[in-house]
Amino acid sequence: MTPRRPKIVGFCCERHGLDSPVAAAKSGITYDASVRIIDVPCTGRVDGLHILKALEDGADAVFVLGCLEKNCYYDTGSIEGRKRVEHVRSMLEEAGIEKERVEMFNTSSTMTWRFPEIVSKMCDVVNRLGPLGKEGDEQ
Amino acid sequence: MKAGSNLERVFESGKFVVTAEIGPPQSANPEPLVHHAKMLKGYADAFNLTDNQTAVVRLSSIASAAIVMREGVEPVIQMTCRDRNRIALQSDLLGASALGVRNVLCLTGDHQIFGNEKGAKSVFDFDSISELQVFDRLRREGKQVGGGEIKDPPKVYLGCAENPFATPYEFRASRLAKKVAAGADFCQTQAIFDMDLFEKWMDEVRSRGLDKKIHILAGVIPMKTAGAARYMKNKVPGMIVPNHIIDRMKNAKDSKEEGIRLCVEQIETLKKMKGVHGIHIMAVMWEDIVPRIVEEAGLLPRPTF
Amino acid sequence: MIVAKRKPLGEIADMIAPYKKITVIGCRSCVAICLAGGEKEVKMLVSALKVKNKKEGRKQQFEALVVERQCEKEWIQEVEDKILDSDLVLSMACSLGAQTIGDNYPHKLAFPALNTGIFGVPEEQGVWSEKCVGCGNCIIHTTGGICPIARCAKSMLNGPCGGSSDGHCEVNLEIDCAWYAIHERLKLQNRLELIEQVSAPKDWSTSHSGGRRTYVREDAKLTQHQKKGKGAVR
Repeated sequence: MTPRRPKIVGFCCERHGLDSPVAAAKSGITYDASVRIIDVPCTGRVDGLHILKALEDGADAVFVLGCLEKNCYYDTGSIEGRKRVEHVRSMLEEAGIEKERVEMFNTSSTMTWRFPEIVSKMCDVVNRLGPLGKEGDEQ
Repeated sequence: MKAGSNLERVFESGKFVVTAEIGPPQSANPEPLVHHAKMLKGYADAFNLTDNQTAVVRLSSIASAAIVMREGVEPVIQMTCRDRNRIALQSDLLGASALGVRNVLCLTGDHQIFGNEKGAKSVFDFDSISELQVFDRLRREGKQVGGGEIKDPPKVYLGCAENPFATPYEFRASRLAKKVAAGADFCQTQAIFDMDLFEKWMDEVRSRGLDKKIHILAGVIPMKTAGAARYMKNKVPGMIVPNHIIDRMKNAKDSKEEGIRLCVEQIETLKKMKGVHGIHIMAVMWEDIVPRIVEEAGLLPRPTF
Repeated sequence: MIVAKRKPLGEIADMIAPYKKITVIGCRSCVAICLAGGEKEVKMLVSALKVKNKKEGRKQQFEALVVERQCEKEWIQEVEDKILDSDLVLSMACSLGAQTIGDNYPHKLAFPALNTGIFGVPEEQGVWSEKCVGCGNCIIHTTGGICPIARCAKSMLNGPCGGSSDGHCEVNLEIDCAWYAIHERLKLQNRLELIEQVSAPKDWSTSHSGGRRTYVREDAKLTQHQKKGKGAVR
């Protein structure tokens, strides 16, 4: 039986966060993971509940990718996003779940290497921690 | 005479009073108390037995008082409002009086957060001023706070503490006035390092005529090291230690000797200050040094009656 | 308002571990405003518990609900069927909510998911501070509108203790000394004479010290007759 590929959900902002995966896709980079990208108008719109739901419904790890904090299209959107991510991380920690499964990242449109780097980092996390829950256990 | 204690007699005689502190041990062993009582006897007019100071559990103040009294030393018991409600405070006052304790220092008490029982439920049924008011009525009228009559009321001399170095400074003389109004006979101040600020406070105290209504004992703490001075400056709320004192301790060849010299100098200054009727030496964890300080400050022999 | 805080998730998980069918009920009143037990918090809690169960291979069934005011039985009666149909109710209201459920459905279990803390006000977004302890005998007209019972660590009545340092409390230098604040307020109002008077010992019998308190408004109470009528309508 081949090991299951990590399931990763990424909430990417439409301003800078999405340019990075698009650039990566154009250059033909592939990943040893199943990455589901959800585009959001701004990471400030990402709610803690979105992140938890992703984990609940099958993701092994979730990342949120927004603009650089000093260069956010909506000024403080990615700062808000980071606060939500930190809140979820502290909830996970309280519950005895590895908080490394949830991360906030920032990027700009020109940092084309950023997306593959993030995916590989999250893959490492899942490979190290294992899947969240048993195979086929998703509710 | 309100209580006829030695302390009261020395005050009434108009002589310069000396009180000091004996910290009860964190054990059930009375020996350290006996040891200190024997060593300090004759070097001060009365000795404070602290009441679970800084909220650390220690042998009780009243029991400590009973132990040092057996050695012929006059105690001042401390009674904080932190651990006892009005039932316990009034009851302990009766008990202390029955044991022959004649001096009682009324304190609100350090918060339990500073001690070794941080999970304690604090009481603070009274603050020090209401405690004074209640004890004063109890001794004068034999009436409890709830109105109940007490036959053979306690015979006690009531003291309070005041800190001229806590904010707001402009209220500190008013607070002493409230304690006078509530029935305090004497007051021991927080340790004085900032003479200018203390002088200012005394000015206000004198201008209100409070020095005529209450006996003020100026507090001093002998220090062993510059570190102790810095600790008090930075870590003890409501304590002011000016930099020149820290520097002096730091630059001294022998900081212990310098600490003693400094303390004696402070006493000399305080002796000359109008309205200061004595000193209170708080040699925390350094009780052995009290005789030397009292002697070098020219305060021996202590009066006897 | 009543300000509460969610218990640590691990503690909640341990508390509810033996039960299979769990109804989590939030409240749209105080605890929603203080971001502890409103609709969002209920959903977040349930989701986090599900993630935890998924990781640990535990099976529990959750239902998430919110009622208008969990401290009033009329509102919890609206979700009565869900309460009766569960092994456990996990209340995300203040303790009043959990107790109201418990008192109305004594055979059901209603556990608290929140720690109920303070009568407080929002100082800024996300920060609440205690300003009343419900002593039952308000004196703030004499203390410049600032309650020393709640805001002084020693509930002092006669001015600041000797630990007031630069206007801060000795217990926590981040917190203002209540009596320093009272002094400044009275000075501003030209009423400093109030702080000069000795306050008599406080009568604590109106506080919790006097035992459980019940406040009654006779004219608002229903008569026996009215109660019967109301029962018939329901």
